[in-house]
Amino acid sequence: MSLLMATFTIGLILSVLAIGVLISFRIFNFADITSEGSLALGASVAAVLITSKSFGPFTVLFISAAAGAAAGALTGVLHTKFKINALLAGILVMTALYSVNLHVMGKSNVALMNEETIFTLFNKHLSISETVNETVKISGFLVNLKDLSSALLSLVGAFVCGLALYLFLKTKLGVAMRATGDNTQMASALGVNTDLMVISGLAIANALAALSGALLASYQGFADVQIGLGMLVWGLASVIIGETLVRDKSIGLAITAAVMGSIFFRLLVAIALRFGMNPNDMKLITAVFVLMALIIPELGKKNKLTESRIVKTN
Amino acid sequence: MLKLINLYKTFNPGTPDEVRALSGVSLSIAAGSFTVILGTNGSGKSTLLNAVAGTFTLDSGVIELDGRDITGMPEYKRAAYIGRVFQNPFSGTAPNMTIAENLSVASMRGKTRGFSPALSSAAAAGFYERVKSLNMGLEDRLDNNIGSLSGGQRQALTLLMACLNKPRLLLLDEHTAALDPKTGAKVLELTRSVIEKDNLTTFMVTHSMQQAVNLGDRIIMVYKGKLIHDFSGADKKALKPRDLYELFEEIKRRELIDPGVCDILKANYV
Ligand SMILES: Nc1ncnc2c1ncn2[C@@H]1O[C@H](COP(=O)(O)OP(=O)(O)OP(=O)(O)O)[C@@H](O)[C@H]1O
Ligand SMILES: [Mg+2]
Repeated sequence: MSLLMATFTIGLILSVLAIGVLISFRIFNFADITSEGSLALGASVAAVLITSKSFGPFTVLFISAAAGAAAGALTGVLHTKFKINALLAGILVMTALYSVNLHVMGKSNVALMNEETIFTLFNKHLSISETVNETVKISGFLVNLKDLSSALLSLVGAFVCGLALYLFLKTKLGVAMRATGDNTQMASALGVNTDLMVISGLAIANALAALSGALLASYQGFADVQIGLGMLVWGLASVIIGETLVRDKSIGLAITAAVMGSIFFRLLVAIALRFGMNPNDMKLITAVFVLMALIIPELGKKNKLTESRIVKTN
Repeated sequence: MLKLINLYKTFNPGTPDEVRALSGVSLSIAAGSFTVILGTNGSGKSTLLNAVAGTFTLDSGVIELDGRDITGMPEYKRAAYIGRVFQNPFSGTAPNMTIAENLSVASMRGKTRGFSPALSSAAAAGFYERVKSLNMGLEDRLDNNIGSLSGGQRQALTLLMACLNKPRLLLLDEHTAALDPKTGAKVLELTRSVIEKDNLTTFMVTHSMQQAVNLGDRIIMVYKGKLIHDFSGADKKALKPRDLYELFEEIKRRELIDPGVCDILKANYV
C-alpha cells in the first residue's frame, strides 16, 4: 500500500513536469529538452535553499520555479533572437545547466534529512508526526498517514498548477501564445509579438519543470545532479498516454489528461518493476514506448492516404 | 497616407540565387484609395506588399504611414495599422483553435493583450454578430476548430479578422486565387462591401484583369521590381481587360527581345 501511495505521489509530482512538456510539445510543437536541466535545477536550488534554512518552504518552491523560468527564457532567446534551431537551443542550455547545477549544490547530490520541506510543513499543519508511523484504515487497507498527506499535497500542487495554466491559456495573452505556436505568420500579422510569446511560453514550461524537480527533491529527501536524466521522455510519455486516455483535444482536458497520463505511466512502471522488469531497462522501454506512440498515428494516416489513392485511381 | 520612397530589396545577394525583387519602387497612396497591383509571376508584387507589412528588412528606402517613418518598425507593431489576407487560405487562421478564439486574437490587433479572459460573453456575442454577417452559417460553429472549415470559409474569416478592428491599410495578396470561382466571387463581394463600408485604404494584388478593371480606382503594374505603369482617375476608368492584356503582351515581347539584344551586343562588343 505504501508503494502504491508513493507511486501516486511521484506520478502527481511529475505531472507538473508533464504539464510543462505539454506547453512546449503541444503548443510550440517541439520537445524542449531544457526541461531535463530545469528539473534538476529546481531540485538543486530547492535542496540548497532548504539546507540553508533561511527560507520558508513556499519561498523555496517559488525561487526554484523562477530559476527554471530563467533557463526556459534563455532557450527561447537563443531560438528566437539568435535563430538557433529549437532542439539545439534546448540541448545547449540543458548541457550548460549540468555544470550550473553542480555549482549550485557544490557536489553531485545533497541529502535533506530532517529538514523542513513543504511536505513536513504540511504534516505539521495536519498534526502528523514525522517520527511515529501513524496509520488509518481506508476500505480495509492500512494507509500510512504521512504517505496520505504527501499524496494529498501533491494532488493539490498538480491541481493548482493545472488550473493556473488552464486559466492562463484562456486569457488574451494565452490565446495569443497558442496562436503563435499554431500559425506564427497569422499571429505576427495580427500584432502578436511572437518572439516574446515563445520566450515566455518556454519560461512557463521550464518553471513548471523546475517546480516539479523542487517537489521531487523535497519528497524524496535528496537532490541529485542526474535527477533530470530521461525526464523529457517521461513527460512526453505522460502527455501521449493522457491523450490516448482522453480523446478530446480541448485545453482543459489536455491538461487533465497529462496529469492522468503521468500517474498512469508511473503505475505501469511500478507494476512492471514489481513483476520483475530489470530497472536498467526502464528508460529503454520508455523510449520505445514513446516512439511507438508517435509512429502509430502516422502509420494510420499513411494507410488512409494509400486507401484513398486506390479509390481515386479506380 | 502611405508613402514608399525608393525601395530596394535583393534576396540572396552575392549567390547564384540572387534576385532583385524591388529595384527603386516609389509610390504614394491617398487615404481611402483602392489600388490594384498587376504583374507577371515573380515580378515583385508580393514582395512589395511584404515590404509594407514589414516581414523583411529593406536594403534601402523609406516607408511612411500617416507621415510617420515605419521603415524600421517590426512586423508585429505595424500590424496595429495593417490588416492582411494571404493568397494561401490556410495562412491567415490558426487551424487548431476555434473560430471564436481566432477572432479573439484578431480583435486584439493593435491593443495590449493582458490577463483578461479571451472569450467574455460580451466578446462572444460580438463575434457571433460579425460572423453572422458573412452569411455562411458559421455563426453556429464558433466553437469548432477552424481547421475543420473549407478554404473559402477560412478565407472569408481571415478577411473578417483583418478588418475586425478597422485597419488604416488593407493588404490583399491574390486572396481569391486559390478558391473555386463561386467561392472566390463570394469572398470578393465580401471584400468589396467591407472596403466600402469602412472606406478602407486598400492594396490588392491580382492576376485577374476583370477584377482589376472592376475594382479600385488605381492600377499599377510591376515588372522586375519596378513600377512600369500607373493608371488612375479617368485613365483607370477607361481601361478594359483587353488593354491590360495588351500591356502583358508587351512585357512578353520585351522578354523575348532581351536575350536577342544581348546577343547582338555580345557580337558587336565582346
Ligand atoms: N524570401 C525570399 N527569398 C528569396 N527570394 C524571394 C523571396 N521572396 C521573393 N523572392 C523572389 O523575389 C521575386 C519576386 O517574388 P514575388 O513573390 O514578389 O513575386 P510576385 O509578383 O508576387 O509573383 P506571383 O505572381 O507568382 O505571386 C521572385 O523571383 C522570388 O523568387
Ligand atoms: Mg505573389
